[in-house]
Amino acid sequence: METMIKQKIKEVKKGDQSAFEDIVSFYQNKVYHICFRMIGNAYEAEDLAQEAFIRAYTNIHTFDNRRKFSTWLYRIATNLTIDRIRKKKPDYHLDAQVRGTEGLDMYSQLAADQALPEEEVESLELQTYIHKEILALPPKYRSVIVLRYLDELPLQDIAEILDIPVGTVKTRVHRGREALRKKLRHV
Amino acid sequence: MDCNKQAVALMHKYMDGDLTQEEERRLRHHLQACSTCQNHFHELKKTTTLIKNTGPVSAPKNFTSNVMANLPKEKKKKRYTRFLQKHPILTAAAVFFILMFSSVFTTWNQDQQVTVSKQENLEIRDNTVIVPEGVTVNGDLVVRNGDLRIEGQINGDVTIINGDIIEGQADHQLEGIDSSTLQAYSGELTEVNKIHEWVWYQTKNAITSIFSFGSDE
Repeated sequence: METMIKQKIKEVKKGDQSAFEDIVSFYQNKVYHICFRMIGNAYEAEDLAQEAFIRAYTNIHTFDNRRKFSTWLYRIATNLTIDRIRKKKPDYHLDAQVRGTEGLDMYSQLAADQALPEEEVESLELQTYIHKEILALPPKYRSVIVLRYLDELPLQDIAEILDIPVGTVKTRVHRGREALRKKLRHV
Repeated sequence: MDCNKQAVALMHKYMDGDLTQEEERRLRHHLQACSTCQNHFHELKKTTTLIKNTGPVSAPKNFTSNVMANLPKEKKKKRYTRFLQKHPILTAAAVFFILMFSSVFTTWNQDQQVTVSKQENLEIRDNTVIVPEGVTVNGDLVVRNGDLRIEGQINGDVTIINGDIIEGQADHQLEGIDSSTLQAYSGELTEVNKIHEWVWYQTKNAITSIFSFGSDE
């Protein structure tokens, strides 16, 4: 897969825009996922994910082919999302409730494949609760938790994406985990 | 072991997969003895399981096409290049026509000098080819970039490219030109003065030569 993506990147670098389409469809869910978990709002997540791909396209010549494309792309996405979070910080708490309900809509759409209605409601509520608790974390912990547990990326990759030392990633993961433990232990 | 610092730190190391065998042994030993830490460890494991289970979210439908629609326009040149790559036969045909017509055009624009097919006894004066009185030219006559005045006789076809035929001499006595001089050439008269006519003439010539070459064999 990685070689196919590398080939597509070469074509995009040569100026073939249509080759970028395969890159977008391959990474769209991952990028959208990162944005959605960090920003908590479906519309903003879509906007951010789209912006991330457009930035990746316009800056594709700065991408070093020897490196991992996913890391480079996630870095663009997380940077954009962190910037957005910083800008909207003042109304952060006012937003929280709205975000939660939007997450709920999201889950009610996703939950279709679950068998029992009761379980569905239970896990739906639970998932919404967890989602809200992740969003309640300060951005620097939120980003590492999202990358570590929702995308299951290695610590080394997270360090590259966020451009911080692996040690710092570990510290943030530990603190994020502890903070969530306190919120989720009674679930 | 200090529960709050050492043990918890070891738990996190364990979850990052960084624990050495010795540390693992120590942690296990401590957990068996300390129920508080056991509980803490259990909660941490539960937390990570819960976070992992929030499930993946998919990008909205049409996400890819939306991104593609919002990309900056690629350079026109590249678009043409790709179009040509996708239609090789069209490209070959285009290249063929470009080469063919460019060669024909260049021969049209080439030398503005008067040229005439090889025949003896012809006079050339001020871009005018003259067949003098009393001279009979045998064979086809081709005049290029010049006018032709016929005072004598031509036995064959006449082709004038980028020029006109002048019937007789203007300052000469008009009565000298009778119907016999006007009909001085026994064959077809072709004048080629416009570029499209030139192209047509070239194509016709090429086709004729191909067929006559075939018939010669």
